[in-house]
Amino acid sequence: MRHHKLALCKEHYLEWIPAQTARFIKKYWMFGPDERVLVAVSGGKDSLSLWDILWRLGYQVDGLYLGLGIDGEAGYSTESHRLTEKFAIERGLKLHVVDIQQEYGASIPMLAEKSRRGQGRPCSVCGVAKRHEMNRIARDFGYDVLATGHNLDDEVAVLFANSLAWSVDLLRRQEPVLHESDGLARKVKPLCRFYEKEMAAYALLRGIEYIYEECPFAIGSTSIYYKEMLNRLESDRPGAKLAYYVKFLESKKNGMFSPPTSQEFILTPCPQCGQPTSADGLCSFCKIVRKT
Amino acid sequence: MVKLILRNQEYEIRPGVTLLAALKKIGLLPEAVLAVRAGEMILEDEILQDGDVVKLVAVISGG
Repeated sequence: MRHHKLALCKEHYLEWIPAQTARFIKKYWMFGPDERVLVAVSGGKDSLSLWDILWRLGYQVDGLYLGLGIDGEAGYSTESHRLTEKFAIERGLKLHVVDIQQEYGASIPMLAEKSRRGQGRPCSVCGVAKRHEMNRIARDFGYDVLATGHNLDDEVAVLFANSLAWSVDLLRRQEPVLHESDGLARKVKPLCRFYEKEMAAYALLRGIEYIYEECPFAIGSTSIYYKEMLNRLESDRPGAKLAYYVKFLESKKNGMFSPPTSQEFILTPCPQCGQPTSADGLCSFCKIVRKT
Repeated sequence: MVKLILRNQEYEIRPGVTLLAALKKIGLLPEAVLAVRAGEMILEDEILQDGDVVKLVAVISGG
């Protein structure tokens, strides 16, 4: 790990990652040992590793898998579901499974097509659906906190995109912790300080079987383009990505993105599902479902 | 020769160079892949020997 000027053997690496995760959980006040955590698991290296780490650290942690109905040649959803179930069974962990098509009558690609959102890619509909369903399950089953496996590279790619566009509202909301409010679960990202390569190494060394194939709709995505570009920077200047993210968080803490007058979104319950929304009437997800 | 395999793509390079040099030669950034030889992860300063078969694991995911 050139950015940390640190080299570890397998045994110590597998201790170092959970120890650092525990440190970040405390540093950013994510959750305590008495709270119930729901981890959103996709079957990928990051979310399965996060579940493994939190379980090893002794937290009360269950998983949530969302069946998106994205299959195609590689059988992406089928395979990611199989690997997630296998992971949970091997460790005796509780897994909630929500199949979007069974629940709402249409898969994610079908919802995207029928609602005509996303210009040929279902990614924006997928994001709305995931946020809606993760919050619904966390709320319905009484979890205190919802954890996702976003790593440093994910966070830096988003930060870079939002910096390019000077999307101050989005920069303001990019945090390791999004605190709970009426009807919205607390969201945390315990892996936000680990490089994507570090998480892949953890999964590999721990022997976690994860879905290696990329979501077919992610190929050629802007986020991957930014990640590749930022890796070129990292290659020339080790530690650049971590410094970019950590200094961003520090700048925010020092008030860089604070508005002169605080303007919070006013949230009201969606008349269909009851989840908070800033829209008048139906929330974004219920609008999509209604169109189908 | 040393064989490097990334997904369905195979590359052959001369032995006696480090993994880092080999990756640079085939145009890959070390930040984007992990390297596995005979089931064990190897680091960038590892010198590749004749007959080595190195599986490269892409680490970038998106969406």
